Amino acid sequence: MNGIHDIRLPAGPQAAALFDLWTLMLITCTGVFVAIIVVLAVAVWRAPRATAKTLPDADAHPRKETMLKRSVGFAVATSAVLLFVLLFASFIADRAIATLPLDDAVHIDLIGHQFWWEARYDPSDPARSFATANEMHVPVGRPVLMTLRADDVIHSFWVPSLAGKKDLIPGRTSTIAFRADRAGIYRGQCAEFCGYQHAHMALIVVADAPADYERWLVVQRQPAREPSTAQERRGRDLVERASCAMCHTISGTAARGRRAPDLSHVGSRSSLAAGTLENTAASRAHWIADPQSYKPGVDMPPLAAAPADLVAISAYLGALQ
Amino acid sequence: MTAASGAFPSDAGSRTRARERSQPKKGGRQRLRDGAGAGSRAAAELERTWTDKPGVISFLSANGHKTIGLRFIVTALCFFGAAGVMGGLMRHQLATANSHLVGPDFYNQLFTMHGTTMMFLFAVPVMQGFALYLVPLMIGTRNTAFPRMTACAYWLYVIGGLLLFGAFLSNTGPDAGWFAYVPLAGPQYGIGKRVDVWNMLVTYSEATGLMVAVDITTTILKLRAPGMTLRHMPLFLWASLVTSVMIIFAMPMVMLAANLVQFDRMLGTHFFNPAEGGDALLWQHLFWFFGHPEVYFIFIPALGFISAVIPTFARRPMFGHDAIVLSLIATGFLSFGLWVHHMFATNVPELGKSFFTAMSFMIAIPTALQLFCWIATIASGRLVMKTPLLFVLGFFFILLIGGLTGIMLGSVPLDLQVHDTYFVVAHLHYVLIGGAVFPLFAAIFYWFPKVTGRVLSDRLGKWQFWLFFIGVNLTFFPLHILGLAGMPRRIYTYAPETGWGFLSFLSAAGQVINDLSMLLFAFNVARSLFKGERAPADPWGGGTLEWSVSSPPPACNFFALPVVSSREPLWTPPGNVTHVSGLSAEIREGLTTTVIDALPDTRYAYPAPEIWPFVASLAVTAWLVWSIWSVRGFAWGLILPAIAFFAWYWPDKKESIEEISWETEP
Amino acid sequence: MTSVWRSALTIVVFALSTLAACERESRDFPRPAPGAEVGDPQTAAAMIARDERNAYALATGKKLWNWYNCNGCHANGGGASGPALMDDVWIYGGDATSIFQTISQGRPNGMPAFGDRIPTDQIWALAAYVRSMAALAPQDAAPNRDDAFLTRVPESFMDAQKPETAKPSSGGGRPR
Repeated sequence: MNGIHDIRLPAGPQAAALFDLWTLMLITCTGVFVAIIVVLAVAVWRAPRATAKTLPDADAHPRKETMLKRSVGFAVATSAVLLFVLLFASFIADRAIATLPLDDAVHIDLIGHQFWWEARYDPSDPARSFATANEMHVPVGRPVLMTLRADDVIHSFWVPSLAGKKDLIPGRTSTIAFRADRAGIYRGQCAEFCGYQHAHMALIVVADAPADYERWLVVQRQPAREPSTAQERRGRDLVERASCAMCHTISGTAARGRRAPDLSHVGSRSSLAAGTLENTAASRAHWIADPQSYKPGVDMPPLAAAPADLVAISAYLGALQ
Repeated sequence: MTAASGAFPSDAGSRTRARERSQPKKGGRQRLRDGAGAGSRAAAELERTWTDKPGVISFLSANGHKTIGLRFIVTALCFFGAAGVMGGLMRHQLATANSHLVGPDFYNQLFTMHGTTMMFLFAVPVMQGFALYLVPLMIGTRNTAFPRMTACAYWLYVIGGLLLFGAFLSNTGPDAGWFAYVPLAGPQYGIGKRVDVWNMLVTYSEATGLMVAVDITTTILKLRAPGMTLRHMPLFLWASLVTSVMIIFAMPMVMLAANLVQFDRMLGTHFFNPAEGGDALLWQHLFWFFGHPEVYFIFIPALGFISAVIPTFARRPMFGHDAIVLSLIATGFLSFGLWVHHMFATNVPELGKSFFTAMSFMIAIPTALQLFCWIATIASGRLVMKTPLLFVLGFFFILLIGGLTGIMLGSVPLDLQVHDTYFVVAHLHYVLIGGAVFPLFAAIFYWFPKVTGRVLSDRLGKWQFWLFFIGVNLTFFPLHILGLAGMPRRIYTYAPETGWGFLSFLSAAGQVINDLSMLLFAFNVARSLFKGERAPADPWGGGTLEWSVSSPPPACNFFALPVVSSREPLWTPPGNVTHVSGLSAEIREGLTTTVIDALPDTRYAYPAPEIWPFVASLAVTAWLVWSIWSVRGFAWGLILPAIAFFAWYWPDKKESIEEISWETEP
Repeated sequence: MTSVWRSALTIVVFALSTLAACERESRDFPRPAPGAEVGDPQTAAAMIARDERNAYALATGKKLWNWYNCNGCHANGGGASGPALMDDVWIYGGDATSIFQTISQGRPNGMPAFGDRIPTDQIWALAAYVRSMAALAPQDAAPNRDDAFLTRVPESFMDAQKPETAKPSSGGGRPR
């Protein structure tokens, strides 16, 4: 649930280029603002006071008018020059974010749903491809190339510390590339209004050292772990026979639904429900019993089950590391 | 027939008969004309002709520009209050993390209603209302060019707004955002009738805006006082003209777009359905092509207010008048080339986006030019430090911040970070409140004496100003930082770990201060209406024509239409010819002049008040509401407006003969 | 005086309009209250009445219809291996309770029992949607077309029909 989520804390070249541009614009615009306000304040302070009955100055004094013309001309020219400088800086930043080297990129398909993120790694290679949801791992120092698609309405992928945002538009495929240069946990959030739970559609990107990332990949590619205790077995039975299997997939079991997040390794994620809840045994049980109390409007229905059953399911899911 | 008529050829046309009837009969009644002084019988007759009679039918039929303009303004301010309450609710919901003040469904309706009401039902109509009230007074005529159309526009506006709020109160308020992106507003995901209500409202407000814009454009171009050449035209009129022409180009686009979505929803078309060849992005292009000029419909009239207030309160004509005119035109023109800056996060081609960055930066130059001309005027003037000028100074401060953050947002790469975050919310409120609401209050304090005959309390005005200035900055400045801290827009709640709680709380506190300032304003208005100091014709020493008539103006505006020879007619000695006389005092007549040089052209008979515009608005309502519920209603419902418009346009023979008879007088 | 009457009239008109819209437009997200037991007339009737007039429930039913692949046998309502649902022939009854039972308990000749797999709220939503496929739900609450390939007339466009019950014969009722 927690992660670095701030435009002013860049952790990769995309976000850094944008932060540099922001700094330049902030300084320039603040300077312009202060200059104009100071000029205005001085003008107001120094101008003589009058009343409504004061005769208006209908004739222009030529010298004063010339001086005013020159001042205004100078101000406009300076503004134009500054605008061009900022325009140029903007183009440079634009090119910088478009020219990230993409050698040895990690390929991820990101599909936006109401209200969760589906991530498919290596989608073009069936032997290595796998799916996860709401939490992605990326290797530090390697570029990530994401293909963005939307399943229902428009969403927007945005992890501010890593890159700018890109919309996921149904019927269109867009791409975004970024690189994490520092290990850490980065948080993102859907940035295009998508319905009732737009507010609870967060995304976690974990930047791992390359070795950790490889280990993570290996685990993710395997089917779901077998249950090791009786309680976990009972949990798996319930999952396969109750409504869970209609929508969720747990690889290697009878749960083959494709309408909801893939739960094959859900125990290894730090949060549930797209960053809404911590991933603990208690929160899993509560979420399954009554999702609408945390995310009213989400597609997941409540599960009518005895408390012991809920605990069993929660234990099983927690074991799916 | 009189003896004199035997000399005419017997062509038996109605024109001839009218001419014959109009010859002064021996010993008959003399026809009354304008031009006489205020106390005379002709003046009394003129007033009687222009005054609305009492009664419900008369109330519904009124088409005087002051009546309609004032109705627009008052109604718009009521909507402003309602939308402000919604804004306050949103601020309070977000003041703390995980708040349960409102749920997600109601919150979606709240922000949609807030945006829709502010943009469609407050900001544009209030500016148009001011234009309707002031333009004829400033150009020296008695009414706008198409009074019945404007009356119909008002009724459509009120009915549309009431329908929207009625829907909101019955849980059918639109909930897909004021911009209603498809597919969320489309047939599959826009569940129920909510988005249909939004489409209907857009149709209403587009029709209203367009009608008033056509009226204002024609009025400014054809009804100016003789001698008011385009170069002598006050800046407020230029702002109104530019805005109205822009509205004519941009408003039809939003109605088209809303209708396309409505067709998708009601008729099963596929304009926005990618699976069948449509495109979800098409909506964004269509909407923002209107949406960006829309904010300039709100901003440019406000610039006109500033240009009207500053000369009076700096006691000198505006410096750089011609430069400001050219800047207004340039801004209006350039604003049509910016719309993709709302779509920088989509996969529109990158080279194209850069073009829009350049245009977005370029539009800052004419605005900056105007700003510097105003500052030059203030710097070289002698200042009357009253409330209107205070609001103008507040405008400078707040708009400048908004404009500079706008430059930041105009850059594609930076926008990719701050788009759809609270940074944009901060920017838009700074430009709209600073750039439109502050000038609006300046205008209200400036022209309130003219409209009502009483002066608003300056002391209360200054209190209101400072409360509002502090409140706006406290409410909206923290939102810049929240956007940088990663807070997206249109979220109904957030987790405490995000750290957004403190600044959100500050923002809610600021909103309370804004509410106080608005209450103070309402109190000021209410008290001044009954106990305010009475205003002379020209309480501020202004230079434009509206200050030459009494406060409030007589129903006929001018007992004799003025002739002008300079930009500030009240500040420069008059020429040899000062007035036009000879128009009828018995029917509603005005004088048209040529477009550029304002030479007298024709006599123009204004339509008398009649009930058909109101009936037509009811007929259009019946059609639109029926079409939300039934596909057949779309087609068959058109019969009702057809009948109403036929009845409206059908010429009245008696009226025509009377009008022609005045026309052919030597 | 007239403005007071105008305000009063306005309020009355809109008060009346509030009554109609509440049911159609409410978004009642399912909570873990005990679902209607089949055969419990109070709760069942309320849920039926509500779901059918409720646009959100019908839209949910349509979404679930797609998700749970009802099209696999019923093919957008035209029928394939399963009977057509767009027509006015109902083998096992066209009222919402019968359809609920069909989905929940299954039927002979191939309709699986989904009662253990699909929560009760969702089955009611599906039942309401199935009725809208045959134009038996109010037209103003029925769903519109999907943002997908057009495979059928949208439910809100269909003219109202009256359901009939055919007698189940050895091969099941054949749609007309």
